[in-house]
Amino acid sequence: MKTKQVSVFLENKSGRLNEVAQILGNADINISAFTVADTSDFGVLRLIVSDPEKACEVLKENRFSVRTTDVVLVNSPNRPGALSRMLQILSAEGVFIEYLYAFSMDNDTAVIVIRPTDIDKCVEKLENHKDDLLGKNGHYRL
Amino acid sequence: MIWNEKMECASRDEMAAVQSERLIQTVQRIYHNIPSYRAKMQEKGLVPGDIRSVEDLSSLPFTNKTDLRDNYPFGMFAVPMSEIVRVHASSGTTGKPTVVGYTRNDLQMWAEVVTRALCMAGVHKSDIVQVAYGYGLFTGGLGLHYGTENLGATVIPISGGNTKKQIQLMQDFGTSVIACTPSYALFLSEVMQEMGIDPDSLKLRVGIFGAEPWSENMRREIESKLKLKAIDIYGLSEVVGPGVSCECEQQAGMHVNEDHFIPEIVDPKTLEPVAPGELGELVFSTVTKEGIPILRYRTRDLTRLIYDKCDCGRTLVRMEKCTGRSDDMLIIRGVNVFPSQIESVLLEMSETEPHYMLIVEREGSLDILKLLVEVQEQFFSDEIRELEALRKKITANIQGTLGISVDVKLVEPKTIERTAGKAKRVIDNRKI
Repeated sequence: MKTKQVSVFLENKSGRLNEVAQILGNADINISAFTVADTSDFGVLRLIVSDPEKACEVLKENRFSVRTTDVVLVNSPNRPGALSRMLQILSAEGVFIEYLYAFSMDNDTAVIVIRPTDIDKCVEKLENHKDDLLGKNGHYRL
Repeated sequence: MIWNEKMECASRDEMAAVQSERLIQTVQRIYHNIPSYRAKMQEKGLVPGDIRSVEDLSSLPFTNKTDLRDNYPFGMFAVPMSEIVRVHASSGTTGKPTVVGYTRNDLQMWAEVVTRALCMAGVHKSDIVQVAYGYGLFTGGLGLHYGTENLGATVIPISGGNTKKQIQLMQDFGTSVIACTPSYALFLSEVMQEMGIDPDSLKLRVGIFGAEPWSENMRREIESKLKLKAIDIYGLSEVVGPGVSCECEQQAGMHVNEDHFIPEIVDPKTLEPVAPGELGELVFSTVTKEGIPILRYRTRDLTRLIYDKCDCGRTLVRMEKCTGRSDDMLIIRGVNVFPSQIESVLLEMSETEPHYMLIVEREGSLDILKLLVEVQEQFFSDEIRELEALRKKITANIQGTLGISVDVKLVEPKTIERTAGKAKRVIDNRKI
């Protein structure tokens, strides 16, 4: 599934992350997953939220630099080897990944967030290999 | 020793006569050779004949740094290029540098005024002068170089940087005079200490320091650390370069070589001359220069003039150390920096109004320039490597424009305070 990830520019200062969390909380926006990419001076907070448009709006109102980025969400079986199988396919098909991160919803399913260089190609290739990716219980879905 | 006693010790009347004669000739030359200044005179209804003595100087229009930019590169030159034997350049207010040209006579005159300055500082023919100002487009290095040769002293043309080598040559060659920026002088003393070299073991006795503002405190610090007499020299390329004025051994104001460069002090707001001895903006008219003669050039430096005779015997008018600027120019490691230069670099990169702030700090003896740039939408990428690339690009572009290194930091949009719509662009934390 293609979805919009919200990215926020943050300086490395204490309290910044909390400020973002608070703004989103007050706007009744749920955060499903997030990750921080950082350097010594600044970081980029990437979020998967319940309402990306609204999240951007409220963060901009508070003068944060915000943008949305298209990412691919993949539900994968939560078991050894599943990630490797998927990456192998993407690699063999020549899909380049800028970054990825994951979270698990329950014991059986993990959600992998992928930011590929070419998003349509990534989705297409994953669709083509749908059967290879299916676990015994058929968890895989885009 | 006084190099040119006739001029340096002339009575006020004698000086006024020399200045008047030379000013009249300069006005003629400028009027007939520099169309942009002629237009300014015509606007005021002035013809060259209206200027009959130095008393009439204040009726002439001003020249600004922007006039040099608007006539970039050679539009302010009063002689054909075949007569110009050298050009120098300093930073302009935006991307383009300010260019000046010298005829053979100009270079001779410049060497003469620098020689006078060296003599004021107590330098002799037998001295060994290490010129650690940058050689190149900047006037510091070559200006001091030819003045030293003209005096007959020995010049070590080492240029800036290479600090350990500077110190080694001081030891090996027996350098007695060092010429550099005052902050570099302090840096030299720090490196000497690290190398375990006792300044008392060196032959240094005079330092000729200029190209940036420095205080009496800094003078005392340099004098005690380097064991020499620290002399302030002043100049700007638009007038000639170093040697416009210089302190004598009395260290009580810088003697202006006023037979070549007539100083005035004006109120920076009304542009009217201030009462004698009052603080205001320093304005220069060159009266012997051929390449780029300039009338009533606004230096933007704030100071006052002292017309009393000096204990050294010279009657040349003295200017006090400059106390500040009437514009937003910063001097960092001897390099002129205008916030507008930074702005134009950022504008070129983003096409929308950038929000930035310059912070100048002195770490040890060196000035550090930090630039905070707000990451607005137009700059923001989701990817760290692109943000890092952006930071590097801003750093490189600004370094390329200013010629000095800058530490760029990307900050959140709300970091830089905005007051009444206009952001504060510069914070100078240096305690000079």
